[in-house]
Amino acid sequence: MRKVDGLAKATGRARYTDDIRLPGMLHGKILRSPHPHARIVAIETSRAEALPGVHAVVTGRDMPTTFGIIPWTPDEYPLCVDKVRYVGDGVAAVAAVDEDTAIAALDLIDVTYEELPAYLDPHEAIAAEAGPYIHEPRKPGWNGNVTKVVKLEFGEVEDGFAEAELVVEGDYLFEGTTHTPIEPHCAIGLAEGDGKLTVWSATQVPHYLHRELARVLEVDPARVRVIQPPVGGAFGGKSEPFDLEFCVAKLSMKTGRPVKILYTREEVFYAHRGRHPFHMRYRTGATREGLLTSVDAEIVLDGGAYASFGLVTTYYSGQLLTAPYRMPAYRFHSTRAYTNKPACGPKRGHGSVQPRFAFEVQLDRIAEALSIDPIELRRRNFIGPNTRTVNGLRVTSNGFLECLDAVEQASDWKRKHSRLPYGRGVGVAGSTYITGTNYPIYPNEMPQSGIQLQVDRSGRVSVFSGASEIGQGVDSMVTYIVAEELGVPLDHIRVLAGDTDFTPVDLGAYSSRVTFMLGNACIEAAKRIKVMVQDAVAEAWDAKPGEVLLAGGWAVRAGDTATSMPLREAFNLAEAKFGTLGATGSYNTPKDVHGDYRGATIGASPAYSFTAHVAEVEVDPETGFVNVEKIWIAHDCGRALNPVLVAGQMEGSAYMGFAEALMEEQIFKSADQGRAGLHNAPSLLDYRIPTSLDTPELESLIIESIDPEGPYGAKEAGEGPLHPSIPAIANAIHDAVGVRINTLPFSPPRVWRAIRAAEAERRSQVSTPQVTAAAGVK
Amino acid sequence: MLRLPPFRYHRPRTVEAAVSLLHEHGTDAMPIAGGTDLMPNMKHRLFTPAHIVSLNGISAMRGIEVTSDRGTTGGGNASSGDRASGGVSSDTTLRIGALETLADISANPLVRRHCNGLATAAGLVAGPQLRNMGTIGGNVCLDTRCTYYNQTEFWRSALGYCLKKDGDVCHVTKVGRKCVAAHSADTPPNLIALGATFTLTGPTGTREIAASDFFITDGIWNTRRDSDEILTEIRIPLMGPASNGRESRVDGARIARSGRGPGPNGRRLRRRSAYRKLRQRNSIDFPLLSVAVAGDFAEDGTVVEIRGVVSALGARPRVLAGWDEIAAGERLGNELIGALAERARAQCRPLDNIIVDSDWRRAMVPVYVRRALGDLTGG
Repeated sequence: MRKVDGLAKATGRARYTDDIRLPGMLHGKILRSPHPHARIVAIETSRAEALPGVHAVVTGRDMPTTFGIIPWTPDEYPLCVDKVRYVGDGVAAVAAVDEDTAIAALDLIDVTYEELPAYLDPHEAIAAEAGPYIHEPRKPGWNGNVTKVVKLEFGEVEDGFAEAELVVEGDYLFEGTTHTPIEPHCAIGLAEGDGKLTVWSATQVPHYLHRELARVLEVDPARVRVIQPPVGGAFGGKSEPFDLEFCVAKLSMKTGRPVKILYTREEVFYAHRGRHPFHMRYRTGATREGLLTSVDAEIVLDGGAYASFGLVTTYYSGQLLTAPYRMPAYRFHSTRAYTNKPACGPKRGHGSVQPRFAFEVQLDRIAEALSIDPIELRRRNFIGPNTRTVNGLRVTSNGFLECLDAVEQASDWKRKHSRLPYGRGVGVAGSTYITGTNYPIYPNEMPQSGIQLQVDRSGRVSVFSGASEIGQGVDSMVTYIVAEELGVPLDHIRVLAGDTDFTPVDLGAYSSRVTFMLGNACIEAAKRIKVMVQDAVAEAWDAKPGEVLLAGGWAVRAGDTATSMPLREAFNLAEAKFGTLGATGSYNTPKDVHGDYRGATIGASPAYSFTAHVAEVEVDPETGFVNVEKIWIAHDCGRALNPVLVAGQMEGSAYMGFAEALMEEQIFKSADQGRAGLHNAPSLLDYRIPTSLDTPELESLIIESIDPEGPYGAKEAGEGPLHPSIPAIANAIHDAVGVRINTLPFSPPRVWRAIRAAEAERRSQVSTPQVTAAAGVK
Repeated sequence: MLRLPPFRYHRPRTVEAAVSLLHEHGTDAMPIAGGTDLMPNMKHRLFTPAHIVSLNGISAMRGIEVTSDRGTTGGGNASSGDRASGGVSSDTTLRIGALETLADISANPLVRRHCNGLATAAGLVAGPQLRNMGTIGGNVCLDTRCTYYNQTEFWRSALGYCLKKDGDVCHVTKVGRKCVAAHSADTPPNLIALGATFTLTGPTGTREIAASDFFITDGIWNTRRDSDEILTEIRIPLMGPASNGRESRVDGARIARSGRGPGPNGRRLRRRSAYRKLRQRNSIDFPLLSVAVAGDFAEDGTVVEIRGVVSALGARPRVLAGWDEIAAGERLGNELIGALAERARAQCRPLDNIIVDSDWRRAMVPVYVRRALGDLTGG
């Protein structure tokens, strides 16, 4: 089945936000801080305002209300009011007749700064308990350089280590990465004379943007309309409000004209909200048979300048590790620090990709120390379906074993692992991920997802969907479901999505929630219409409603296919009988799928996906280059509503993980390098993501466990399949050349240094034959 | 999206007209060919010329052919060139018009036959779209690159600018008044190794300069091209082919004229060249290190002369010294290759002008030299 928006996107007809040009539209630019940390002493805008062609200038004082995607941590202003907190923080915005004039006007805004010491290292920020602080402490006595601390313990952790016959310890560093969507952020604001405010934005959360625009700009939410045009990639990087959305709205309110702001690629790097750097220490205990006895994690998250989703990230860093393996005891202690760098947030696999890397390497070390095949070790620890994790999460369908079997067989694992010549190796890793979060970001009892269907007399079905199409295929998914339920041909279905004036609320395209939640809502709505159609047709045929089948554009009588009518006639009969044909559907999550402790709801999901990867690599020991030749990806997505789209998500995820494993690195200059906190390379030339020539062969193996609560049994496929990429490659590098690289990315210099260090150690062992094993069996 | 500064666009038809425009507008004018280097640099406000003089309308700056004293003997884009080259006499050169694109050069049969290292290098520049636009003249004149320089105006202002542009501090060396931005073009090391000469036309006439003399150790402006001069063509002296197209008799005087040591007059030689590029991705990236080698071999396989050029270190490609004294008369076996590579390592010290581990880049010098020399023995 084709993607419903595929043709328009492939032929250039899709209209993205930047393609929209409104009459009289002005262009905006945002002045950004050159300092990583400074107090704003004064902002003088009169020279800019006097420049011909400039229509308005706004500063933080025009919008002095904080916002934040997490209601408990609102710590951002649309434009900085009193302080700047990273190089790139927004200070003022200009609307002018064109971009060149707006840029020229930025040069005429005089900002007086008083520089403050900058924190680049999260440990240093945490250690400065008495300040100076990046943010004012939320409560007296708190450390203003800490967003969140989470300490949770399940089971008897120390007893578990006491019982363990092997304890493996390791330190891991996941340097941050960013999303690199093709489309930079873009927004257009239009304030009209009647008090109505419309904002078009390349966002993946129109509903949250709607709420925050109304609150921060003090406009009645009933007068605010958010329209989300097609989005050219997001990956989590557009899942909260950004400065440009407030600025276009405010500038339009001031000028009465539409205002557009399009980020440069550099600004996308500053907006960031990408994967947090994680500094991780893991202790993992196991029996001689390789069964886990206890897991202990100490994690420092480098959050950057603002909270963003950080409260959730801090929980996710521990909560999402407790499947697919059974853990009798588990403890994690995670601390998220503020630093003077662009804010980190959610990137595909939010909060759990980093710990998964560390933990799956730990498992590989256990397997190695105990001489157990790494796939067999994972099988032995399998948590199983229909169970609870150690931290109380309800697991239903679970196809992880089938995933392991599939990659083992497809990769010819048994003949390769530890059997390939030096320089070549294979590695395995597994993972789990949520299919949506059980609770919305702001507490409420309303549905997480809603949809409305309307049937036209022509036979067309219109779908009003609040969900965000960000390339993942949600518009296609609801089309398939309507076609499945009502028998309507795909090209008779129209989807109107992402317009808060016309579509019911869906919370957004994040946390892999949309297929599961909107899919169930869509089935509900479609079934409501189906009942009416069956009822009306049954009456005409003098049959039972259950005998009326809707398929292939026809209503057909079961057992009597000669009795049939085109669907259009069937719909007309139903409209004649019931009035205008329409229905809504909604979905809310089941409760009680989690434990009963503070934080227990974070990580809870109606269903979990499972993944296993095997990666095969070739390492050039002389240069450190790692060539990932192939990744086999087995993913339990419940049921593949469209296998082509599922495979696309699996390949895209594996690619993204592979990119983070080998190349990506969101890093910053130090003071010694000219300017502390200056992004090292905010461009796609120097922030390297792999080209098609670098990308390994990717083989998708879809596993269908048929989830009891998913739409037709479906679970997520958009984020889970990313997780094992990185540890599978790490473990394959070890299989190839015998080194463990615990810091990402596995760039050639780092691999080369590790191999040289190992060689030096081997040479020294020849002279002093004493082996100090990192992992010793008791 | 980054915006281009405003400029006036000129499209002259002749070299003379282009030179006159450049001369007339002085530092306010810059030539453009493919634009793949200049346009991003202008968007970064590294250059803001009021006049852009396009060279793309100058047909005299195109063409790839083998020429001799008797005139052109082979055309560039056809197999006829291959056939014609069978009759080329000893003092022939390969002429490449500066406007030829990197894509065309990488695929051209004459370049591939006579200057394989150059063809390889042209094919490794950036990606396919950029090679379709970028020209060899532009590649030779590519601006030097540095992590502190190839950035936006905002980024550089946040840094406080640097020695190369708008500032007075080198953030790489911290001290010193010399810019160490890296020569990052792929083709010049090969052109140097092959003994090429560049033809420059300026307001006072035309001059030839050896590729090996063209670059200077000044990262701010690293060539001897004056701002109102145009690089119009490149000439590479050929050994001239024998029956297999690789062997010839060397005219010692000719080689001396092109800036290399005299070859033993009258001996039958074979020339081979190769190029290796260190980069993290298999496309797009500029070199982190580049190695060009060219060797002339006697019939018995011994080395007559061998040249190595390493670049992406500092502002000027480094011609490796001390190779002939250990290589001449020897066979290019593993031992000799190892010794040459070690000499290369001792002469090359990458700096932190590129944001990739300079210790590793240095360690890769002997590895890549070895691999490039290995390519000479393999072909």
